[in-house]
Amino acid sequence: MAKRGEIKLLGTAASPYVNRVQFVLNLKSIEYEFIEENLACKSELLLTSNPVYKKIPVLFHANKPPICESLVIIEYLDEFQPDVHRILPSVPVDRADNRFWANYVDNKYFPLYEELRQTPGKEDKEAIKKQIIEGSVLLEEAFEKFSNGKAYFGGDDLGYLDVVLGCFIAWIEFSSKRNEFNAFDEVKTPKLAKWAERIRSHESLKGAIPGNETLMNFYLMLQIHKPPRAT
Amino acid sequence: MAGSDDVVLLNFWASPFGARVKIALAEKGVVNYDYKEEKLADKSSLLLKMNPVHKKVPVLIHHGKPICESNIIVQYIDETWQNDDPPLLPSDPYLKAQARFWADFVDSKVRFSGIWRTKGEEQESAKKEFIDLLKVLEGQLGEKPYLIGESFGYADIAVIPLSCWFYALETVGKMNIGQECPKLIEWVERCMERESVSKSLPDPHKIYEYLLEKMKKLG
Repeated sequence: MAKRGEIKLLGTAASPYVNRVQFVLNLKSIEYEFIEENLACKSELLLTSNPVYKKIPVLFHANKPPICESLVIIEYLDEFQPDVHRILPSVPVDRADNRFWANYVDNKYFPLYEELRQTPGKEDKEAIKKQIIEGSVLLEEAFEKFSNGKAYFGGDDLGYLDVVLGCFIAWIEFSSKRNEFNAFDEVKTPKLAKWAERIRSHESLKGAIPGNETLMNFYLMLQIHKPPRAT
Repeated sequence: MAGSDDVVLLNFWASPFGARVKIALAEKGVVNYDYKEEKLADKSSLLLKMNPVHKKVPVLIHHGKPICESNIIVQYIDETWQNDDPPLLPSDPYLKAQARFWADFVDSKVRFSGIWRTKGEEQESAKKEFIDLLKVLEGQLGEKPYLIGESFGYADIAVIPLSCWFYALETVGKMNIGQECPKLIEWVERCMERESVSKSLPDPHKIYEYLLEKMKKLG
């Protein structure tokens, strides 16, 4: 069990990748210190602890060098503290399956939302919304397979994919409202729509899910620092 | 000798991602598996069935179940076939995290198509970017024999297939990677001493011919 003060997380409350790590820390009852980073003006700490990507989250554990990349961090936490709320299954083919969908979410699915923000023009935006819904339908099928009739990807309780996809819920809803569509459509993706509500209200997660004001401030910063493309 | 019971690998000979899987299987002594060469312009129905999401190689099929994405496949191989040799991923959680970070780095950051797709200033920029990334890898190597420590493992497997492209990129891009990154080249040679690597990587000259064909098609 990590001692108080032993684990520090460098990040910002609005980042879903940071929230992902916070979800796992909460589920495993690991106490940690949160160090707020200002992405508009990156700190010396961030630049020196993640020189390769200069991105959050970064995890510091005792006096070890930092660990970067949210998926790497959460597997590290799962291995460091396997006895409390294990998130990855133990069977190799199930682990591979879980990792495959995490890769899909991070490399194919969630980037569509940023693409949507940056794309000008109604028609082009509609095309991306269509791709997002196609992606959501794929995730609905994955949910059916993994949950096997239960409440979460992990079954009766939260597992790896609940954390990996669940950290995006706030942004998915924010983007859906701004762009007047429903990424987790109740007709096309009914199970995911219900699952999203469970994630939002889960005791261990809700403290780490950013509120609308936090999201809006971050969104406005993105609009300035990474503005949408010109038409 | 590890059983190759019901192991199928769908691959394309020039794929550096497929090479990772071949190396990992060889490291574990899994040798008599069913290797199926895919034509990327005419994908088999088996590939489309086993990887419907991405439709890409490599795909490992074990007891009929597909595993996709090369780094994920290598981890699966490490977890499934365990012998007396050290595992491909370090057992220490911290070193394991480091190995995963560097394997992931290759996939998210290393790009070299600009070197053969472009000319003039754009090409020079692509060359510099590629060399800079190789230098980052060299930095991680430091004075160690392998990327994470004393043993050849997961991170080395993820990076080493890049080396079979060096000859092609040097010739087309008029670069000298050995001059820029001598320690990295030493590491390449060290890895190539392992049979699992030398037998799994495609011939750099064949890669060069393959690249020339690709460039011809681009016009």
